[in-house]
Amino acid sequence: MPITYTVGTLLILTALGYLLGRRKAVTVAGGNIASLHSVPSYYGSFSALWVLLPTISLVLLWLALKGPVINWAVVDGMAPEAVLGWANASIPPGELEAVRARVAEGAGALTDIQRQLLLINITNLAAGQAQYVNPAVVDILRPAAAHMQDLRSLTDWALFGICVSLAAAALFITRGKIGPAFRARNNVERIVTFLLIICSLIAILTTVGIVLSLVFESLRFFTKVPVTEFLFGLQWSPQTAIRADQVGSSGAFGAVPLFAGTLLIATIAMCVAAPVGLLSAIYLSEYASGAVRNVIKPVLEILAGIPTVVFGFFAILTVAPFIRDMGAAIGLDVSSQSALAAGVVMGIMIVPFVSSLSDDVINAVPQSLRDGSYGLGATRSETVKQVILPAALPGIVGAMLLAVSRAIGETMIVVMAAGLQANLTANPLASVTTVTVQIKSILVGDQVFDSAKTLSVFALGLVLFAVTLVLNVVALRIVQRYREKYD
Amino acid sequence: MTEITAPLSDRSVSFHTSDAAEKRLRARYAAEKRFKAYGVIAIAFAVSMLAILLFTLFRTGISAFWQTEMQLEVTFDAAVVDPKGTGNPADWDRGAFQGLANEALYKAFPEVTGRTDRRELRGLLSPVAGAFLVNYALENPAVVGQTVKVWLPTSDGINQIAKGNIDRTLPESNRPVNDTQLGYLDRMESQGAIRTAFNSTFFSASDSNYPELAGILGATVGTLLTMVVTILLSLPISVAAAVYLEEFAPKNRLTELIEVNINNLAAVPSIVFGLLGLAMFLNFFGMPRSSPLVGGMVLALLVLPTIIIASRAALKAVPPSIREAALGMGASKLQTVMHHVLPLAMPGIMTGTIIAMAHALGETAPLLMIGMNAFVTAPPTGFLDSSSALPVQVYIWADKPERGFVELTSAAILVLLTFLVAMNATAIYFRKKFERRW
Repeated sequence: MPITYTVGTLLILTALGYLLGRRKAVTVAGGNIASLHSVPSYYGSFSALWVLLPTISLVLLWLALKGPVINWAVVDGMAPEAVLGWANASIPPGELEAVRARVAEGAGALTDIQRQLLLINITNLAAGQAQYVNPAVVDILRPAAAHMQDLRSLTDWALFGICVSLAAAALFITRGKIGPAFRARNNVERIVTFLLIICSLIAILTTVGIVLSLVFESLRFFTKVPVTEFLFGLQWSPQTAIRADQVGSSGAFGAVPLFAGTLLIATIAMCVAAPVGLLSAIYLSEYASGAVRNVIKPVLEILAGIPTVVFGFFAILTVAPFIRDMGAAIGLDVSSQSALAAGVVMGIMIVPFVSSLSDDVINAVPQSLRDGSYGLGATRSETVKQVILPAALPGIVGAMLLAVSRAIGETMIVVMAAGLQANLTANPLASVTTVTVQIKSILVGDQVFDSAKTLSVFALGLVLFAVTLVLNVVALRIVQRYREKYD
Repeated sequence: MTEITAPLSDRSVSFHTSDAAEKRLRARYAAEKRFKAYGVIAIAFAVSMLAILLFTLFRTGISAFWQTEMQLEVTFDAAVVDPKGTGNPADWDRGAFQGLANEALYKAFPEVTGRTDRRELRGLLSPVAGAFLVNYALENPAVVGQTVKVWLPTSDGINQIAKGNIDRTLPESNRPVNDTQLGYLDRMESQGAIRTAFNSTFFSASDSNYPELAGILGATVGTLLTMVVTILLSLPISVAAAVYLEEFAPKNRLTELIEVNINNLAAVPSIVFGLLGLAMFLNFFGMPRSSPLVGGMVLALLVLPTIIIASRAALKAVPPSIREAALGMGASKLQTVMHHVLPLAMPGIMTGTIIAMAHALGETAPLLMIGMNAFVTAPPTGFLDSSSALPVQVYIWADKPERGFVELTSAAILVLLTFLVAMNATAIYFRKKFERRW
């Protein structure tokens, strides 16, 4: 019984609930609809909502929990002999001793990684893909795979049964309630308002989800690498070895070179974006005629709408070779993945962002200030420099902070145009790496979820999130306070 | 400006009689001109960068829509094609078709016999020409046992040379095709056996390691599935949230917290959403990696704040008189919103949604985090299949060393930009058509 059938049945029952509820209301009204408290369709909706909401929440809850629960039940239900048999064929001899010593605990003798490996084998077998499983363990794991299949079909049927009986109960109870005096509309509206509240809480849940997942995995990382080493260490080489005796097996997780690289590229980007964005905003709002503005603004919007992956390609295709050739022409040795190329392209990407934010801020300066300045005989540029900009300064600072936060969090341009090597340098012609580049390059590829290397990603993500969050909060505060001042 | 500068030339009516004063005035006007020029330069810089970007993409990408082909006389030897002799295409030896193509090439150049010479000769033909031959034979099963002239794709190097993407006057060591091969190419060209044809593979194939065989169909389907999930999740949730916050929410701590939260969420780096998807959806809930379902869920969370903010603005723009009239007629608060305010705000909400979806369409980083950079050679058939997405395909191809992928990347970007322009144009159309001033 696949879940789609369950959902389909529930939808049919919901429609049925609507029809029955409505019909009951019309019947009890006995031809005089006006005797009902609410319009008949509200009685139908009341029934339908009570059929649908509890059951569908149950289905969603089960969909979310199904995987982990079944996996846990299957692995912990394995006989110790089966676990040992699988371990003999699947894990390196060095780790086997520990498993043997604790085999009486069954699957409890396995480490998390071994457990994941075992689960992958069982899942493949249960899905009928025995070709992906080591032939030596196929027969040992057959009972577990069968157990998994049994549990899956059993729980799916149980879910179907529970949902249908819940729906039937809801149908029955709501039908009993329906009468001329029943305030169906108020009830329906209460439920709908509740749903609206739930929807607006999803934004908070997302933030909580981000914080929880980042903090939780970061804490696991910090048990392996001290916080101080991560925040202040000068060496970043996350390549932990597969074998313990390999060279450089410890890995180094000092993130300072990454922070420095991120700041370097963001600074270059802001050196491009701040003047260009601000000056174009000033020109557009103070000098340009309506016709020019109507042309230029959409053009800037197009620039803002171009995906960052396209800017990244532009950087490696055009800008980086151009900068390298320019450097070579004046005798400079420019890396082909220079921070300069990535930074300039990122700056171009942020220009429309800065210009539209600054435009808003400049337009919020009251006309009376301009008129006063012109009345005193100031030229336009003097008005801009001595009246408008000082008045708009807090807002512009806020806009710049938001732009910096964009630059720090930007991923695709640096992934494509900046380097992978963590260099601690302030030379814009050298290749540096950034926080986002490291997150991407570590995660795309191997996925052993226990190594310090993979977990370091979440610590980097946490830093990224925290820094951008602080920048945003401060910037939004400034911009908002400033807007209120002139409103 | 002319009326201000006029007195300068006409000293008799000027107030500024002293030379020093006139100098100061001149300096101020010069500063004014300079400042204006800075603004023009800034805008010119931004506009020209956009122009250069688009121009480069067109220049490198447009040639990907054509593929150089060579005409070969292929003998579909029944014993080779159909070793079992059943006549059923399912029993064909598909691996043998490349050999047929090579034989046809040798036949066209009978004087080339040595092993190394023949290997050089084979460099003209695509190493996956056999796949095209299979398709040709499947469409015309009658050719088995016959000798037919067939147009087959050339190798990537020849393709680039013939289309002029690689300069053939470069020194031999700097180009993928050597002088002998160039001679072969010229000979075939003089016989009329070389042509450039529309590259339909680009639209009908998925990812491949060979530029001749690579297309965007799989990525496009993956993107469409992802977008369907995104809009189905984000639109109802955001509109509901916006309605609550704008129409129902009491002014209290919780509401304020939600508002601050939404504003901040809008500025969280997209890669962090990818990490959320990885830690929550993949690792905790065990959802399928690389699937459009998870991709769509992550992107839905990403665009949620944008649509909420746009929807709130649209709701706010509906004048209070509408609400008061509805309430005055005895409608409940919810009826007022659902029957009157929301329908009137819908154009604004749709415009905001389309723009947010265009933003989601170009997002790459979060999809990389949840593994949608899978190498998928067939279009996904469901929401749980492994799949790629258009912007991710761009990223994957940009990384490949073969020269042919440069033009493919640009072409894929052109397709992506076409989608974006279409969506934004729709949004602008909506705004113009339904915009209402109260």
